[in-house]
Amino acid sequence: MADLTMVEAINLALRQEMENDDRVLVLGEDVGVDGGVFRVTDGLIDEFGEERSIDTPVAEAGIVGMSIGMAIYGLRPVCEMQFSGFSYFAFHQVEGHAARMRWRSRGRYGIPMVIRMPYGGGVHALEHHSESREVIYAHTPGLKMVIPSGPRSARALLVSAIRDPDPVIFFESKLMYRSLREEVPDDEETLPIGESRVVREGSDLTMISYGAMLHRTLEAAEKLSEDDGVEPEVVDLLTISPLDDRKFTDSVRKTGRVVVVHEAPRSFGPAGEIMARINERSFYYLEAPVERVTGFDVHVPYFAREQAYLPDVDRIVYGARKALNA
Amino acid sequence: MPRKKFEPGHDVEHLSILDEKGKLDSRLEPEIDDELLLKMHRTMLFSRRFDEALLKWQRQGRIGTFAPVSGQEAAQVGSAAVLEEEDWMVPAFREFAAAVWRGTPPVGLLLYTAGYNEGGAIPEEQHDLPIAIPVASQLVHAVGIAYGIKYREREQVVLTYFGDGATSEGDFHEAMNMAAVFSTPIVFVCQNNQWAISVPREKQARSRTLAQRALAYGMPGIQVDGNDLLAVYVATQEAVERARAGKGPTLIECVTYRLSVHTTADDPGKYRSEKEVKKWEKRDPIPRFQNYLGNKNLLSKDEIEKLEKEIKEEIQGVWHETEKQMERLGDPMDMFEYVFHEMPPYLEEQRDAYAEFLKERKENHDG
Repeated sequence: MADLTMVEAINLALRQEMENDDRVLVLGEDVGVDGGVFRVTDGLIDEFGEERSIDTPVAEAGIVGMSIGMAIYGLRPVCEMQFSGFSYFAFHQVEGHAARMRWRSRGRYGIPMVIRMPYGGGVHALEHHSESREVIYAHTPGLKMVIPSGPRSARALLVSAIRDPDPVIFFESKLMYRSLREEVPDDEETLPIGESRVVREGSDLTMISYGAMLHRTLEAAEKLSEDDGVEPEVVDLLTISPLDDRKFTDSVRKTGRVVVVHEAPRSFGPAGEIMARINERSFYYLEAPVERVTGFDVHVPYFAREQAYLPDVDRIVYGARKALNA
Repeated sequence: MPRKKFEPGHDVEHLSILDEKGKLDSRLEPEIDDELLLKMHRTMLFSRRFDEALLKWQRQGRIGTFAPVSGQEAAQVGSAAVLEEEDWMVPAFREFAAAVWRGTPPVGLLLYTAGYNEGGAIPEEQHDLPIAIPVASQLVHAVGIAYGIKYREREQVVLTYFGDGATSEGDFHEAMNMAAVFSTPIVFVCQNNQWAISVPREKQARSRTLAQRALAYGMPGIQVDGNDLLAVYVATQEAVERARAGKGPTLIECVTYRLSVHTTADDPGKYRSEKEVKKWEKRDPIPRFQNYLGNKNLLSKDEIEKLEKEIKEEIQGVWHETEKQMERLGDPMDMFEYVFHEMPPYLEEQRDAYAEFLKERKENHDG
């Protein structure tokens, strides 16, 4: 066990998978000598050489497209988009090929690759560096979309993603990269992709979130417990697609009240799909309309105003109370 | 320091061995086995006739849209023929002649044009990628495969196809650049067929040749008469040898012409003249090569006639076999297959619900 930041935990996952399997390699802008702009790939080049820790030209489509070719050849590339806001340069490769190659080739060429990218706001970054656009990927058939909520889940999910036979989009919260530490076991640990988990038990309200917003949701849950005397249950999705609706279905059927929290824009966002699943599976169990506390349908403001955009504890509590008091 | 010129490193050559009038530059003539020459001829002729048959079937409404290969057979067969079985071929969407050369069953190609996903499957023993429709997007995959070859220290090479229009795409630039930066074993074969749907080559790029672009990426580039099978073969052979020897990528520009439509949804009468088409018909790669084989006493007029008959029957056979397969392939549930290695629960649910709907509708209909 070691007390690790998310950066260190992801580095551990990469290092161990590269040690275990010579098919695994990392590539991207500044991932080699520099160790990545967030130092996630720090030291890999010393241990595994520049052939497996590849500094590429500034070319997102090339990075993803090459990774597709590597995967076809039998390697397991883990490529990095320096920021998710630049992943759109490669979107045609993701949608047009990574997601489709297995299908197009009738199973001949699976694409076991991971595209890691930092996402989300809250770190005083420039434009294009703060977005949370997981639905773009979650909406695309053939992709898996994973968002860990801390160092330990990031490490375990990344190992699973690298071993997955299909392409996995792996969002890493910049806000969480260094802001919290968790005990991470030295020995191998995996978490299944496509499974959510209950991280706080309760019976009065179901709160559903993931990634950086999970922590604000947990804080809001504690506040509701202390101030209002209600016990919310909190579900951490971990995987956005394939969406595991079993845990929150069980929870909603128990509590009858729901709030969904994410920093992605509201319309057509993850909460929309979650509410649809609740409608399909738990409609008659509901005591109140489902609330959602989300980013707004605007571009993330420059950092002087970004906290106003992001759901905070007060907004989450406000939304939760609406669900509780309806 | 005064102004001085950089050493360019490479010159850009134009290579022609067998010209449009059938005149052979015997100093440049490659030594190719008779058997291989005849096989290349047969593949070109088959591809032309298959193309014509596809066009007819498309006009009759029996198959869907496809991109005809007519006119570009030498550029494809002359390059693909250099590859070993273990090498990789990464096509765009007009490479039926190359695919046939590599062993893709024509029944598969026909099934694909008839709208069945099954037709896109590549036989296990073939190291080829399926058709890639988004222009130039396949080039970066080819670079990734080539990187894998280098990483594994194998002796394979990758050959990838694209058109003149593709050289305007960002993916072309990224692929060329990365192929050179990583010094990967890859051959870029541009089939400059003069037209990107309705936009002529001159409007695609102001550079005098497309081949010269290679210099900026730090790799050799050569322009060849793409309707001269011998020139294509020789240039590809040099490039493949270079790649196999660990000397990195090459760009080959095959100057050719799309004699037919862009796809069957296109009407070239809107943008190009009959006169131009007629001019290029005189440069047709197939009669030119037949003439060459005739001069070498490898192929007589009678033998060509016999071959034409044989190919006609073969194509009829392909149609009958495809028809038979299509009858078996009606199940709509196939669309749920191969999206993932293992079908996720939500997809199983959608599939089962749709199956239930179909069942109920059938019962209601029958009842």
